Amino acid sequence: MSDLTNLTLAEARDAVRGKKVSSVELTKAFVGAMEAARPLNAFVTETPDRALDMAKASDARIAKGEMGALEGLPLAIKDLFCTKGVRTTAGSNILSNFVPPYESTVSQNLWDAGAVLLGKTNMDEFAMGSSNETSHFGPVFNPWRSRGSNAKLVPGGSSGGSASAVAGDLCLAATGTDTGGSIRQPAAVSGIVGLKPTYGRCSRYGIVAFASSLDQAGPMTKTVQDAAILLGAMASVDPRDSTSVDVLVPDYEAGLGTGVRGLRVGIPKEYRIDGLAPEIDALWTQGVEWLKAQGAEIVEVSLPHTKYALPTYYIVAPAEASSNLARYDGVRFGHRAKGVHDITELYEKSRAEGFGKEVQRRILIGTYVLSSGYYDAFYLQAQKLRCLIARDFTEAYKKCDVLLTPATPGPAFAVGEKTADPVSMYLNDVFTVTVNLAGLPAIAVPAGLTADGLPLGLQIIGKAFDEATVLRAGRAIEMAANFTAKPAEWWRAA
Amino acid sequence: MSERSAKTIKGQNGVWEIVIGMEVHAQVLSNSKLFSGASIEFGAEPNSQVSFVDAGMPGMLPVINRKCVEQAVRTGLGLKAQINRTSIFDRKNYFYPDLPNGYQISQYKNPIVGEGEVMIDLAGGDSVRVGIERLHLEQDAGKMLHDQHPDHSHVDLNRAGVALMEIVTKPHMRSSEEAAAFLRKLRAIVRYLGTCDGNMDEGSMRADVNVSVCPEGGYEKFRATGEFKHLGTRCEIKNVNSMRFIAQAVEYEARRQVEIIESGGAIKQETRLFDARAGETRSMRSKEEAHDYRYFPDPDLLPLVLDEAWISEIEASLPELPDEKKARFVKLGLSPYDASVLVAERETADYFEAMLADGAEAKASANWLNNEYFGRLNKAGLSLSEGPIPAEANSAIVQMISANTISGKIAKDLCDIVWSEGGDPRAIVEARGMRQVTDTSAIEKAVDQVIAANPDKVEEVKAKPKLAAWFVGQVMKATGGKANPQAVNAILKVRLSLPDEG
Repeated sequence: MSDLTNLTLAEARDAVRGKKVSSVELTKAFVGAMEAARPLNAFVTETPDRALDMAKASDARIAKGEMGALEGLPLAIKDLFCTKGVRTTAGSNILSNFVPPYESTVSQNLWDAGAVLLGKTNMDEFAMGSSNETSHFGPVFNPWRSRGSNAKLVPGGSSGGSASAVAGDLCLAATGTDTGGSIRQPAAVSGIVGLKPTYGRCSRYGIVAFASSLDQAGPMTKTVQDAAILLGAMASVDPRDSTSVDVLVPDYEAGLGTGVRGLRVGIPKEYRIDGLAPEIDALWTQGVEWLKAQGAEIVEVSLPHTKYALPTYYIVAPAEASSNLARYDGVRFGHRAKGVHDITELYEKSRAEGFGKEVQRRILIGTYVLSSGYYDAFYLQAQKLRCLIARDFTEAYKKCDVLLTPATPGPAFAVGEKTADPVSMYLNDVFTVTVNLAGLPAIAVPAGLTADGLPLGLQIIGKAFDEATVLRAGRAIEMAANFTAKPAEWWRAA
Repeated sequence: MSERSAKTIKGQNGVWEIVIGMEVHAQVLSNSKLFSGASIEFGAEPNSQVSFVDAGMPGMLPVINRKCVEQAVRTGLGLKAQINRTSIFDRKNYFYPDLPNGYQISQYKNPIVGEGEVMIDLAGGDSVRVGIERLHLEQDAGKMLHDQHPDHSHVDLNRAGVALMEIVTKPHMRSSEEAAAFLRKLRAIVRYLGTCDGNMDEGSMRADVNVSVCPEGGYEKFRATGEFKHLGTRCEIKNVNSMRFIAQAVEYEARRQVEIIESGGAIKQETRLFDARAGETRSMRSKEEAHDYRYFPDPDLLPLVLDEAWISEIEASLPELPDEKKARFVKLGLSPYDASVLVAERETADYFEAMLADGAEAKASANWLNNEYFGRLNKAGLSLSEGPIPAEANSAIVQMISANTISGKIAKDLCDIVWSEGGDPRAIVEARGMRQVTDTSAIEKAVDQVIAANPDKVEEVKAKPKLAAWFVGQVMKATGGKANPQAVNAILKVRLSLPDEG
């Protein structure tokens, strides 16, 4: 049975279509893997019964020859996507008992394609974090450990549960969301592929909002091909999301095979930051060589406002979050404090009890930067910088088609290592956050191991709505890197 | 113009001018809310018209309702205002249980409609221009219910998310009469346009009134320079929800401010609430206590960009508005006053025009409606649509008066009959022999009979020509009121040898 869980999404799809395996068999294998992997804490809510029901329904459709793009394939869904009738927590105490009466557009698209829901994955609370340690449901552990060490490592965040579930073969693939790097950073440090699509490519309807102008859903998969398949099913223009964009969703999978000959790959010099780890630097150089060897043209480009990206992000995202999270007030749904005497006390206690420290910190920052007297100095300046950062990319794309950068400044770190210093935690997003501010697509692809045997990723950034080229370049890295390492399944013995 | 109906207050140490500006919230007539598909029908069961978006559920997103935008543009065009091709929705953040998202979606720096104007009609028939500062779209909040439970408050979200147009005037009104006239005119305009039902009882039109007082001459200086320093500190009176209350609130507030200033105090900028029962305004919150709303552009909504062709299409579909209608009626020979009475409600103007279409003459129709029929409706407590006489019937009556078929007096009798029994006025006149007698020989005969029967009166009238009226009365009586009064007068004059001016 464990053979089945090793399959990629594409392999499983072909096996199901070829009737070599049924959806029920496949689903049972993953339910077993999911249950055996509880020490990883990757799931907040497991839905084995629903999974088997959906699998049976899939098998019935397959028998009739009705097959969706993901027919019968078990997936894990980040607990930020509202799932009708299945608890959706956003990793927060304030929503710990929230069962949505509606389905997010992205997850609905997946069910419409025949996919099976295995469960809802753990995440940083309201997607605020880079290590999955801010979750009300406890930290998620990375399936990977340093060579010769039993120390538990974080899977990155905020989509840490999804990353851990894919890396540990607990599902065929998972959904994530990326506001400042929340798909790509955990993918990179967990040795999997993570794609953040262009802002507007996937509908945000039914995804619990963190920062509306930055949030974007995307696939987290074992291979680039799998990312192409899953993105094709997730993406759609949605009349219920005014910021979704009506741009044709091409057949990403079909476009993968064409190679990178003649592709102009930009290397942004500002990403060679002070103190860049030699291993990361070396991997980046290696990536350049790989692409060059496959016929790509390498050009140096400049993104001069890169250094402002993190500060800009930490104004824009908390500002929007402070407003988006105002609805969690204990009045209509979610956690409500007991023993209160008036409405102010109800708000204060419900929110103090319901939100964790990092969420409270960001609400405070966001409230501050929008306040009268500070708005111009912070929020307005940040908006201007955001425009400049976006323009940097527009300028760079006059000289190249995609950019190649490291995905993270380092590998997975130990649980508890960075929780005391929020700024060092925020620095995890230094290579990813510019992409969100500019609304562009980018992919993190596993490209190598550190000396300690931990995965590292490279990032390909593309032009708006050009996920096809991003995937194609990502595939070129994947082929060259030939990343086949797997973590030992230590949790089965735990 | 400015001294028109401006009212001043004589204080102990001088004369004070009243300056008024208004913010009117008008509920948009549409099928659904501003950003959701939920119904907006008035009077539904609490919380029966609430979508997941309205309830602020996690992951729900607003989607702008095209109809509401169209209505705002239509209203803007009706206010002769600038239509902004790009406008932006912002979030106004504050916590309250009737505000599910913890923010209201509104338009702050970039409203959909810019400067415009409303001409208000005053009692004497004069018109005064009131400048419009802006119109923007925003969501209404829900409603708190405090009387359902001894120690719990309930909330009804039916109204949450309903589209409102906030219409802000410049401080161009100078008396409570002007303020009330403005609101009346604004209501007429939106009703003509079909963009708001203007129903103040149901809260679909609500006004906040800004009142300040300044020493005599201050307003003129403000108009000349545009500098607000010439005006006094204003107080905002919230939710004044009838024309009568507006007048009361303004009067009370202006006097209160004058008294404070004259006794050496200063006016604090604050929000006040009008207590209709006590007829006074009371402090609600001061400027210092005002919320910091932390406005910022709503990232869930793109800037609202209007298509030029669509605006033209809306413009082409505008009905004739009260001012244009009034001008046209004046051209038909009506006095400005009569015309403004007739155009005040679209229904009235339509009724009037139906009479004209049926052949009645304009001035005679206006006189008949304003002097006769509206009085009857008023007395009976009926609106025009509830009244028993259709426009065609009143038109027939007016046409018969104009053609001297019936006299004015008979017309009133005829009106009584049509009012209570219905029927075709022309047929009634024929059937009941109400036609005016214009046959001079018949009238001469009646005149001669009256003269023959009253020789003493004939003597008297020679000394006192005013007594001729007595003879007219007698002749009318003898002819059952059907004699043409002009003919009676003319014949009497000859027979009694009266002087011309009689």
